[in-house]
Amino acid sequence: MISETVKIVNNAGLHTRPAATIVKIASKYKSDFFIKKDGLKINGKSIIGVMTLAAEMGSELELTFDGPDEINLAQDIVGFIQRGFDEL
Amino acid sequence: MRGLKTLIESSDNLANGIAAAPGIVIGKAYIYKKEILNINQSSVEDVEEAIQLFHESLEKSKKELLKVFNVAKDQMGEKRSEIFEAQLMILDDPVLISTIERRIREEKKQPESVVDDEISKYQQMMFMAHESYMRERALDIEDIKNRIVKNLQKKRWESKISNDVIVVSDSITPADTILFTKFNVKGYVTVYGGLTSHAAILARSLDLPAVLGVHGATENIKNDDTIIVDGFHGLVFINPNEKQIEFYQNKIKHLEEINASLAELHDKPATTTDGKEIELFANVDVSGEVHLVITNRAKGVGLYRTEQIIEELGEFPDEEQQTKIYANLATRLYPQPLTIRVFDIGGDKVKFLDHEEANPFLGLRGIRLLLANPKLFKEQIRAILRASVNKNILLMIPMVSTIDEIIVSRQLIEECKKELQSAKIQFDKHMQVGMMMEVPSAAVMAQDYAELVDFVSIGTNDLIQYIMAVDRGNDIVNYLYQEFHPAVIRTINYIVHGSKRAGKKVSICGEMAADTLAIPLLVGLDLDSFSLSPAVLPTAKKVIRSFSYESAKTLANECLQLNSHEKILKRIEQFFAENNIKRTRNIL
Repeated sequence: MISETVKIVNNAGLHTRPAATIVKIASKYKSDFFIKKDGLKINGKSIIGVMTLAAEMGSELELTFDGPDEINLAQDIVGFIQRGFDEL
Repeated sequence: MRGLKTLIESSDNLANGIAAAPGIVIGKAYIYKKEILNINQSSVEDVEEAIQLFHESLEKSKKELLKVFNVAKDQMGEKRSEIFEAQLMILDDPVLISTIERRIREEKKQPESVVDDEISKYQQMMFMAHESYMRERALDIEDIKNRIVKNLQKKRWESKISNDVIVVSDSITPADTILFTKFNVKGYVTVYGGLTSHAAILARSLDLPAVLGVHGATENIKNDDTIIVDGFHGLVFINPNEKQIEFYQNKIKHLEEINASLAELHDKPATTTDGKEIELFANVDVSGEVHLVITNRAKGVGLYRTEQIIEELGEFPDEEQQTKIYANLATRLYPQPLTIRVFDIGGDKVKFLDHEEANPFLGLRGIRLLLANPKLFKEQIRAILRASVNKNILLMIPMVSTIDEIIVSRQLIEECKKELQSAKIQFDKHMQVGMMMEVPSAAVMAQDYAELVDFVSIGTNDLIQYIMAVDRGNDIVNYLYQEFHPAVIRTINYIVHGSKRAGKKVSICGEMAADTLAIPLLVGLDLDSFSLSPAVLPTAKKVIRSFSYESAKTLANECLQLNSHEKILKRIEQFFAENNIKRTRNIL
């Protein structure tokens, strides 16, 4: 299992489009992926779940990846968030 | 008639309403209640069937949303259409779906209550967040929740309707009517709705008796009650006694005899006694009516309402689907013409993109909506052109109010022709393009506008509604919906003259043409052709064959001088008496 903590760097925060992209990326992998914020734990493959995360700029997300392809999944997701959802 | 009066007086099981569609039927009642988003909390017996229904409603929602999404991308841009993409993904959300399935299995609850409960949980979390955009997001989620629940309820209703019943309901939407035709429904009784509501029009075109505006019908009539629906007089007998049943069985027999005598007119033309032929065309709402068009020997289809396809499919048909539907109809009718009216969406017919207007009848509807969505419009034009290879298709534009609407529409048609040409697809290069005269501004400009089109068709339903400033579906004011108001008669006369001066043929395609009382007056006003519900064609032909054009002309000229609805109506009734023309409802 891999754990990572990432910061949202976008002005607009985690809005609908990047939420959808995160779910799309996660769905390509076999491993489980969970997002924790303010005590709320969300399955990263569930769009309706990710949409309930109110994550504005500067807020921190705890990510866990668990499964056969967890290394690649973690790289993909963490990279996407750190790159500011490719919107910067 | 006297027998009926006695029968009415001696009846205490009688409910009155508006005689919306002629015919008589005796049968079992089915109470059709719509609990809109009133979540059914009852338990389910067959869990696997419930889960199956849940998946079907997801698929249906996906199909609907995909169409909306495609139109939205054009209209609202990427930013706003994002939410539709997210909604589509929710319909595939593995966590959400498996949770709902598990709960249906374990709790044995209706899928709609589990869907409502699960999605609401997420909404509550969104509402609890401090950020204002999360509140908005919660409302977006509401949309998708309602869509799934609505589709689940629809499935549940469909599975409950049995065959051969008389539907009793508060109101009936066009979509409901189409659903009912699948179950061989025998007739309709509703609490709300008037003579010109879409439900009434559809009942008439499907040749089913209907009595609308029966107060308390859904409370006083119970499932499986036997009822008699008299669509000629607007009467409903609840659990009739033997005397009433016998009386109406005789009427039904009599009616069959009248129909048989009308059938003898099949091969005869609709000619006045002094030899003027009136061309009778048929209006077609649902493709199922085409057989009636052919058996009743119409000269073709004078009005094919394409928005009905959207009702039937529950979504926008694409270019390929449309081409198939139009080509199929045109082939079945060949060599007779098929007049296709492009989507008249808006108003009471189809809600577009769920957007609310304060005054939909004065809002984005008909050609206005099509010109605002050129992609949608051009898809339909290309489909119509592609179906026109046998040269028996005409295109008609609804709700024209300005000259630009005609000019721009014709430009788009030319563009589509060029596109097809460069794709080497065949079509009728000379396809005629006509317009509806149904907005007062177009009526006043009749000659100018008629010069820019190939033919003109008067749509009386909307024309009367706009001239009289009355909502035809509002039963508090619909007494003002007066077909024989002098302003209506004079406007029709004005349109006919203007169109003829422009050298164009003019026909009439509203419900007015289907009212036998109006026929002599309309003939006298010099209309070349009528388009009416296929079921009333034989009756209309019978009426036309019983008076002279000469006398109709005199009638029209006199009516043009009168100043009230009542006086005109009286003069027409006198004409019927003088010419000894009997109306079916009076014979019965």
